[in-house]
Amino acid sequence: MTLNELELNRSGAILAVSGRGAVAQRLLAMGFLPGTPVRVVQVAPFGDPITVELDGWRVSLRLAEAATLSVAAEGRP
Amino acid sequence: MSTQTVAAPAETAVVAVAGNPNTGKSTLFNTLTGARQQVGNYPGITVERRLGACRIGEATVSFLDLPGAYSLAAASQDEQVVVDVLTGRLPGETRPRAVVCVVDATNLRRNLFLASQVAETGLAVVIALNMIDEAEARGIRIDVPKLAERLGVPVVPTVATRGKGLDELKAAVVRSLASPGRFPPVPWPDAVRDAAREISQAAGRELSPAEAHRLLFDLDPAAPAQDGLAAAQVRARQGLERAGLDPVSAEALLRYRHIEALLQGTVTQVDPRQAGRAYAVDRFLTHRFWGLLVFTVLMFVVFSSIYWIAQPIMEAVDSLFVLAAEKAGEALASRPMLQSLVAEGVIPGVGGVLIFLPQILILFFFIAVLEDTGYMARAAFLMDKVFSWTGLNGKSFVPMLSSFACAVPSILATRTIEDPKARLSTILVSPLMSCSARLPVYVLLIGAFIEPRYGALWAGAALFALHLLGLVVAIPIAFFINRFLLKLRSLPFILEMPPYRRPSVRGVLLRMYRSGSEFVVRAGTVIFAFSIVIWALTYFPRPASVEEEVRRSRAPAAEEKEIERAVKSAYLEQSLMGRFGKAVQPAFAPAGFDWKITVAVLAAFPAREVLVSTLGIIYAEEGAEDDPGLRASLSAARWPDGRPVYTPLVAVAVMVFFAFCLQCGSTVAVIARESSWKWAGFAFAYMTGLAWLGAVAVYQIGTAIAGKGGAA
Repeated sequence: MTLNELELNRSGAILAVSGRGAVAQRLLAMGFLPGTPVRVVQVAPFGDPITVELDGWRVSLRLAEAATLSVAAEGRP
Repeated sequence: MSTQTVAAPAETAVVAVAGNPNTGKSTLFNTLTGARQQVGNYPGITVERRLGACRIGEATVSFLDLPGAYSLAAASQDEQVVVDVLTGRLPGETRPRAVVCVVDATNLRRNLFLASQVAETGLAVVIALNMIDEAEARGIRIDVPKLAERLGVPVVPTVATRGKGLDELKAAVVRSLASPGRFPPVPWPDAVRDAAREISQAAGRELSPAEAHRLLFDLDPAAPAQDGLAAAQVRARQGLERAGLDPVSAEALLRYRHIEALLQGTVTQVDPRQAGRAYAVDRFLTHRFWGLLVFTVLMFVVFSSIYWIAQPIMEAVDSLFVLAAEKAGEALASRPMLQSLVAEGVIPGVGGVLIFLPQILILFFFIAVLEDTGYMARAAFLMDKVFSWTGLNGKSFVPMLSSFACAVPSILATRTIEDPKARLSTILVSPLMSCSARLPVYVLLIGAFIEPRYGALWAGAALFALHLLGLVVAIPIAFFINRFLLKLRSLPFILEMPPYRRPSVRGVLLRMYRSGSEFVVRAGTVIFAFSIVIWALTYFPRPASVEEEVRRSRAPAAEEKEIERAVKSAYLEQSLMGRFGKAVQPAFAPAGFDWKITVAVLAAFPAREVLVSTLGIIYAEEGAEDDPGLRASLSAARWPDGRPVYTPLVAVAVMVFFAFCLQCGSTVAVIARESSWKWAGFAFAYMTGLAWLGAVAVYQIGTAIAGKGGAA
């Protein structure tokens, strides 16, 4: 699954960045590396963008960008 | 004003200050250099350049505040500046001798990514471990001596907001200038070394590892590589792929692995429960319902403050200048031309600049507070979806909103938008929002033609509709500009949500001071020049015969004041402006404007509120929006065939014209300052065109409907 599909308050781990351009490189430079745990902490009022927490800090990104990050969700609660 | 850079004296070393956004980098820079800063632009681009001197013992060091960046892989013009300055490739800019890397102590891993890239430029590096107090409060313990030993460069814990650790930092900078440390390089695999060498050879000059790596790894840089290099880049990247490295991710993976190794055992999270505390209010402030409610209330407070708090101050400034003009007029009564130049050109010109200061200071007070607390990022998050439809993102919201008070501070506020194209298109549509200077025009015309005939309810509705008009039109125009003119690729929105922090009084005041002084110096000169030119157009030519003629035709019993007004009106009619107005009146005839409206509209181009006083001069009345005499004169005005000039329809056409038209020399000057004269000309042209179309459409469609309905 991809990060845009991860529900609010669910955690997961980044598997790969599938983008091929500058945006993918920016996400990698910010620490979206394979194996990094992430959690969706906010969804904006109109459903987009979302805020995720990784490595103790928070970043918000649009669903379109989140869709380029494949994640493995942690076991169902 | 040219965008030249001020070179530092030869004996003072330039030290760059670099770091991720939200690390307190600018606060640290401000604390180091105080208010003694030179603010300008880098040559040829609109990225802000700030240089400040600092005495350290015997030496003087010039600190250069670089734009915030997450990586040297430049995604924006701002970030490109960071690379170009640090590698000494920015023409006209002295290459720094050392770099203070400001890192957020709560987020070392991500922050050291940039520091490690910066170290590859070969410059001496000093790490400022900023916000160390926040790290401690969040239960993060950092073994500083061990970290310094691992990184091979000085590491100084600092709290920039309270000035803690700055003396140690300065001492470390001076030591590093004498004997630089050595940040351990990433142990690149052979494939990367070979690929970097291939690129260096193709470049035909010595490249630092930083430059070679940027050319090798950055797939889509803000500045494209020079010609001969493209082929070498392709070959070098193929080399990486053959070795099993993905050019997209190789740098990040290898560099982060190296940083992990360096950080091993230096950072411990002693109390994990503390970690989320800095974000505790986020649940509320970005909530679907409560978040939007707080946002709406906050924006209402910001907007109404620039509207209402500034108003009395602006009126005070205004009456001060009116008084000054009056006194100067009396003093110069013996020399009429000089009197008019000073009392009607120079003094109102200066006043026209200073009148904007209260709004600018108040808006920048709020912007500084909203940014420093971290709320601005939340506002952009909440509003992003709305703006994504136009191709922009949520960062355009605050400038657009404040434009309802005044476009001038709002255009300055677009500096918070990093993407240059998104910034430009926000600048271009902001003046469409109905600013407070349009209000007197609306009040006069609605008061004279809508309210007496249709009542207060419709008057209020008309006022509201005029304010809504600009906003509604701005959306398709922003879409058009982004899509077809700027070819803005849909903007990615990746925005850090910094922890909530308390803003420093000093930082807020400095921001207000800087935006105010910059406006007066940069835009003020142009605004002033505009007002002198317009004064000349309405003053010349001035044959004495005009006055004699008026006096002859008037009854000798007429009051002197009345005669003076008639003289003024007669001079305006035959001035260059008056003649020009009469000449172009046919162009405005489809909108129902007579020559008097046309002249008043033309004279209002430097500042729209002038319409009211110009109409006053033309009709030889007092010239205030609530002046009953002027209202009566307007209602009594007739075409030669006896029809009234001002039907409610013409009044609406004039107001629609004002709603769309860029009749503000200050805004044009500020757009030119913040982008270029070309774009300022574009904004002026499209808004004037839109205004004309709007006014003609209102008049023609209205006339057609009225004709069909049989009611004239």
